[in-house]
Amino acid sequence: MTGNPALAPAPVVEIAHLNKSYRRGSQVLPVLQDINLTIQAGEFLALMGPSGSGKTTLLNLIAGLDRPDSGHLTVHGINLPALTESQLADWRAANVGFIFQFYQLIPVLTAYENVELPLLLTRLSRRERQEHVDLVLELVSLSDRQHHYPGQLSGGQQQRVAIARALVTDPTLIAADEPTGDLDKKSAGEIMDLLTQLNREFQKTIIIVTHDPEAAAHAGRIRRLIKGQLLNESEPQED
Amino acid sequence: MLKLTWRNITRHPLRAALTILGMAVAVLAFTLLRTVVAAWYAGVNAASPARLVCRNAISLVFPLPIAYLPKVQAIPGIEAVAYGRWFGGNYIDERHFFPKFAVDVRRYFAIYPEYVMPEDQKLAFMKDRRGAAVGRTLATRYGWKLGDSVVIKGNIYPGEWPFIIRAIYTGAEPTTDESRFFFHWDYLNESLKKSATSRADNVGWFLIKVARPELAPLVAAQVDALFKNSLAETLTETEQAFALGFVSMTEAILLAIQVVSWVVIGVILIVLANTMAMNARERRGEYAVLKTMGFKGRHLAGLIFGESLILALAGGLVGEVLTFPAVHFFKVSMGQYFRVFPLTRATLILGLAVALAVGLLAALLPAWRASRVSIAEALRKVG
Ligand SMILES: Nc1ncnc2c1ncn2[C@@H]1O[C@H](COP(=O)(O)OP(=O)(O)OP(=O)(O)O)[C@@H](O)[C@H]1O
Ligand SMILES: [Mg+2]
Repeated sequence: MTGNPALAPAPVVEIAHLNKSYRRGSQVLPVLQDINLTIQAGEFLALMGPSGSGKTTLLNLIAGLDRPDSGHLTVHGINLPALTESQLADWRAANVGFIFQFYQLIPVLTAYENVELPLLLTRLSRRERQEHVDLVLELVSLSDRQHHYPGQLSGGQQQRVAIARALVTDPTLIAADEPTGDLDKKSAGEIMDLLTQLNREFQKTIIIVTHDPEAAAHAGRIRRLIKGQLLNESEPQED
Repeated sequence: MLKLTWRNITRHPLRAALTILGMAVAVLAFTLLRTVVAAWYAGVNAASPARLVCRNAISLVFPLPIAYLPKVQAIPGIEAVAYGRWFGGNYIDERHFFPKFAVDVRRYFAIYPEYVMPEDQKLAFMKDRRGAAVGRTLATRYGWKLGDSVVIKGNIYPGEWPFIIRAIYTGAEPTTDESRFFFHWDYLNESLKKSATSRADNVGWFLIKVARPELAPLVAAQVDALFKNSLAETLTETEQAFALGFVSMTEAILLAIQVVSWVVIGVILIVLANTMAMNARERRGEYAVLKTMGFKGRHLAGLIFGESLILALAGGLVGEVLTFPAVHFFKVSMGQYFRVFPLTRATLILGLAVALAVGLLAALLPAWRASRVSIAEALRKVG
């Protein structure tokens, strides 16, 4: 199942022979080794694997937050490693919405203002920005909480604000790093339902990193990372 | 973004308030110290380049004979000559100090247009042999009104000297000294003729107004040449140099005060830089999150500079507002030590400029760090 079947499968993310290592002093620590992965438009992919296996690192590479050491990495046909810092920032602003485990809302801004933030980088007028913000807050059912500060919202509500923020620029790619990791079962279910809805109704390509099999079950496809290597899709699961 | 800058400032109200307060105190100290220095130099600044002071070459305490007057007047290039004598003496007691001068009233005030007094008062002053003209500050300090009689106890010239206040002058410039006491040289001289004949017919200095400032060096040289090898040789210099002579002995103290004023600014720079660094470190995660959305280093730098500048300028403005009552307090309580206490616009502007510079400098390092924050690393720390 790949989102909207009417949409001809076109690769959004193409990764081949991707390597990434971190340097700790003189020691080189390989984190990702020879990753090969293709994600189609409108796909909902879950990355699973034990802690330290490199899930976050891979997600960051795809979302243009970090750079690989070697290998091929294109998103929407754009060769991300070739972009400058500034071009990469512009690309992120236009193409990616990021969701974090701990929501990462700005505590001194209201829900509305938090969601509005990414739009400040666009040419939209105040009026247009308001329309966009109202729309996505409506979508995450938080219109009545728009003037609350993050501290006045529950974890689940904060994560919905974060989703609205990721969504407000209408990016094609949504990257979520353990979006339910800090939530109770019920809130986690709501968040996953919301992401599923975004995938189904709006054809968003979604990549989530998760430890939670229940959350992963919402995804159309699950890939596992172990010690920096992607298991073949056919290989048996053991998380 | 402006909203975020503002909210960031109010995030720790106490920290922001203390920083602003510190900044305010620093700017207050800075402008106050500068004003003290300016007060010392006021005499120099008030001096006109077209005026020369001719005094005894040995020392200011030795007089010159009044007989020099016509000879000086005869030198070409000189527009007017007046003369004066330091009187000394005490009003009430030594603690109530203000300068007292015996001058040839008519010509003296013609050369000093910066002492402004109403025409009728001037006339009354000129007509009354025992008349005195006093500065506004002095009149206010002692509650003197026109017609009041004032007794000065002489020390250089012993005895009780009664005067009647006939004029109250004001300064044309903020640097004009409004705490002087002027009276007729003739009055002093006539008394001396009776009681101390040897001291009569002398002046402390001649004041020479040259036609054009460029003539000053030439005229000065001519005056001194004229009295070379006479009983009392003269030293003629510009009023500025004359006033500087008074100041120079305190030069070291003035330099120290100026150094201290900058040290105060250095200290507040460190305090603000620390506050900004602390703020920026706490918000590393937020900066990283903003970066994931596509905000760039310059946006983050803008946030940090904005915050730093607002703190610094707010402190600077509060400090400057406080400067006014502080200067007033100084004027009232220490007025007799300073001829004038001028809080100039230049000092105020310098104070604000310094606050601005402190704001910019304090933000430099945190802004640079924030703009270089690696998203992946910063996010690892905050989850
Ligand atoms: N900036 C870094 N410097 C050094 N080592 C790093 C850095 N980032 C990640 N690593 C290392 O890379 C490995 C993979 O990290 P990553 O965060 O991608 O794992 P993960 O699968 O997301 O784990 P978790 O489930 O705990 O979030 C870990 O061993 C980690 O210590
Ligand atoms: Mg992770």
